[in-house]
Amino acid sequence: MTIANAVVQGIFLGAFYAVLACGLSIMFGVMRIINLAHGDIAVLGAYVVFVIVQATGMSPFVAFIVALPVMIVLGYLLQLTILERSLKSGILTPLLATFGLSIVIQNLLLIKFSPDVRSLGGEAGAVTTSSWQVTSGLSVSALGIVILVVAVLVFGALQLFLSRTRAGWMMRATAEDADAAELVGIDSRGVYARATALAVAIAALGGLFLAIRSVFDPLSGPTQLIFAFEAVVIGGMGSLWGTLLGGLALGVAQTLGAQINPEYSALSGHLLFLAVLVVRYGGGRVSLRTAR
Amino acid sequence: MRVQRWTRTSRVFTGATVAIAVLLATVPLVFESDVVQKLTNLLILVLLAAMWNALAGYGGLLSVGQQAFIGIGAYGTIFFAGLGVSPYPAMVLAMLVAGVISIPISFLALRLRAAQFAIGMWVIAEAISILVRLDQNLGAGTGISLIQLNQYAPNFRQAYTFWLALAFTVIFLAALFFLLRSPLGVSLQAIRDDEDAARSLGVRVAARKRLLFILAGFGCGAAGVLIGANTLFIEPGSIFSVQWSAYMIFMVLVGGLGTFEGPILGAILLFWIQTTFTQGGPWYLVGLGATAALFALALPRGIWGTIEERLGLRLLPVGYRVVAGKGEERTA
Amino acid sequence: MTLLRVENLDCRYGLLQAVRGVSFEVGRGETVALIGANGAGKTTLLRAIVGAHKPYGGRVHFDDADVTSTRAHSRVSLGIALVPEGRRLFPSLTVEENLRVAATRQGRWNVQSVLEVFPLLQPRRHMPAANLSGGEQQAVAIGRALMSNPRLLLLDEVSLGLAPIVVDSVYRSLAGIISEGTTVLLVEQDLTRALKVAGRVICMLEGRIVLEGEAASLDRDRVVSAYFGLQRPA
Repeated sequence: MTIANAVVQGIFLGAFYAVLACGLSIMFGVMRIINLAHGDIAVLGAYVVFVIVQATGMSPFVAFIVALPVMIVLGYLLQLTILERSLKSGILTPLLATFGLSIVIQNLLLIKFSPDVRSLGGEAGAVTTSSWQVTSGLSVSALGIVILVVAVLVFGALQLFLSRTRAGWMMRATAEDADAAELVGIDSRGVYARATALAVAIAALGGLFLAIRSVFDPLSGPTQLIFAFEAVVIGGMGSLWGTLLGGLALGVAQTLGAQINPEYSALSGHLLFLAVLVVRYGGGRVSLRTAR
Repeated sequence: MRVQRWTRTSRVFTGATVAIAVLLATVPLVFESDVVQKLTNLLILVLLAAMWNALAGYGGLLSVGQQAFIGIGAYGTIFFAGLGVSPYPAMVLAMLVAGVISIPISFLALRLRAAQFAIGMWVIAEAISILVRLDQNLGAGTGISLIQLNQYAPNFRQAYTFWLALAFTVIFLAALFFLLRSPLGVSLQAIRDDEDAARSLGVRVAARKRLLFILAGFGCGAAGVLIGANTLFIEPGSIFSVQWSAYMIFMVLVGGLGTFEGPILGAILLFWIQTTFTQGGPWYLVGLGATAALFALALPRGIWGTIEERLGLRLLPVGYRVVAGKGEERTA
Repeated sequence: MTLLRVENLDCRYGLLQAVRGVSFEVGRGETVALIGANGAGKTTLLRAIVGAHKPYGGRVHFDDADVTSTRAHSRVSLGIALVPEGRRLFPSLTVEENLRVAATRQGRWNVQSVLEVFPLLQPRRHMPAANLSGGEQQAVAIGRALMSNPRLLLLDEVSLGLAPIVVDSVYRSLAGIISEGTTVLLVEQDLTRALKVAGRVICMLEGRIVLEGEAASLDRDRVVSAYFGLQRPA
């Protein structure tokens, strides 16, 4: 594999990370909550799709459309039961509550589905296996293109939503000043619930991609969370497009690291993450911009 | 009106605590080896809970990555034992190494706030875990045993490990106790209550947090050392697992975040749960996770914290009480 | 006819009591000025009326309905709007978006009519609120509250941090709004302005009402001594 190929593969990998990270970024941007159960929710989404595929034999992509309303409802429930309460308490509470939730989701999945590793790559059909040989050292996979395109579309749609629609303005207003938002008639609780539902839906999309491009098991959640979080931080917390770029950067770092030694893949990402922390947070506080 | 540190209750209780420690020292002489091992586990839990509470309860630092130091402690022992150091001195050395490593880590990690700190620590733990996994001398991904311990007969080994655990637990609890009673400790409680207000009063918040972080580094390293010694076989997947953080969070949240006695109560509770539901497995973890979340949402002060609040009770003299003079209003 | 009735309101921040046993009424079409030194509880009182602060005790009645447990955003749809202290615009949203994001009710106020009343905003329509001057922000803040066509408009310190000439123009626009019959309850540090614009004056000190009366009939010295608590026994 040449460097160029590694970078291209890294971009494809990074697009996947960006989708995973998107929901995390939304929840942080709007509610200042880092949902430690985010990765597990993505994995839960993968399992929901899996169950539908097993039951009906439809393509995972179609199954996702069916799974989406389920995940959205779960997102609303999550907000109304756990996150709503934890917003009122201290800063630590959402972290602790979502950490507990993470453990619960992982182990409920373990009970229901056993530790077996699964994948939906086969059921996804030709898209998983097709690729084009661009040059002798560079191949481009259909799945990679699909994920990249979807990632850009998702971020683009979100950007449009936030900048052009009233619902989007309401979300930004609530993110910037929830108290003032209430004063002008915006139901902040409703906004938060919508943000969570959105985050969960996109997380589920990430889960779908995880299931198709790779394997998953009940305990895969934390790994996805870490990568998603790294993407958000590398791109700059509170910046939507930053999350996309952060994801791409993370993906490229990992594939370049793998060039040196396959075992260095995740480690390279961690090192990039830590390096960004040193550079960005060296010397005092950084003010957080709100999601745009 | 007087400011009082020692109440009659706390006098009695501190005396009782010292007595308990002395009593515990006799455990290996009285009980069977497997009981001793279980009690060693209890001590490890107490130590972990106390350290996590030191970070989160007194420093406001929620770390989901203390397993980094647990792993360093365990693997450090293997490393030094491999160099020919006698096992138990190797353990002490490994504990020291874990603590020392926490110093440079603190300069990075403490720059982060809240959630970034939490996950940042987790990433650091993962990174260290990967580095260990890559080292063939340390058993790589499959794990390794502290075979040097085989030179001791099982009974003796268990006893020595227990005494080391007792020593570590007493030392770290005592360190925390005296820290909290010192002027430093008061400023720590101020930081916990309102960081910005404390800073505006001149409290050097950053230095205090660093101190707690390093203490927890030593303490979690000590716990890791003991875990390795108590279980004989360690592998990166489990010693660096975020599950240790889950246990710590459970113990401290349920016991009482920010209280001295709470984590000890939480550790005893977790120990009881672990020994009763020996199958362990997913249901037990579901219960732990759900309980931790419930406490975070509904009973944030934990069992002990709530008791303390309701009854104004404090068993160990780590705070101050304002005692009313005649006819004066009593302040909290 | 009474539009707003506050009954024995008690508002706290933890152990600190900011509003103690406050009761008063505001009639339809009235303009009432709430005055008092810093810390008297005026902002807390306004916030409790609009629903942003949950009272410890007492009730708030709007148009004969008990709204004490109604959330703030719902009170806006009932017709109460607050222009908060410090403007509190949404910085990344433009002027127009700040206006549009607010909840609307039937009535004569919409983006167009707001921009007509504050013509200085017309050229800044698509500018992020963070880039506006203090006076412009105040205009947007008032306009944003007007978007809900409130029956009761609450204004908290609209003159704060603004140059006198700017405050003049803000009050001129306010006079127009008042003359159309909106009921107004405003907090104002500047005694002269308060007495000029209001029909009735309520003076607060340390959470309690210490003086209440028609602006025209109130002796200025009496107001000042109530303001500073000078008539209390030593």
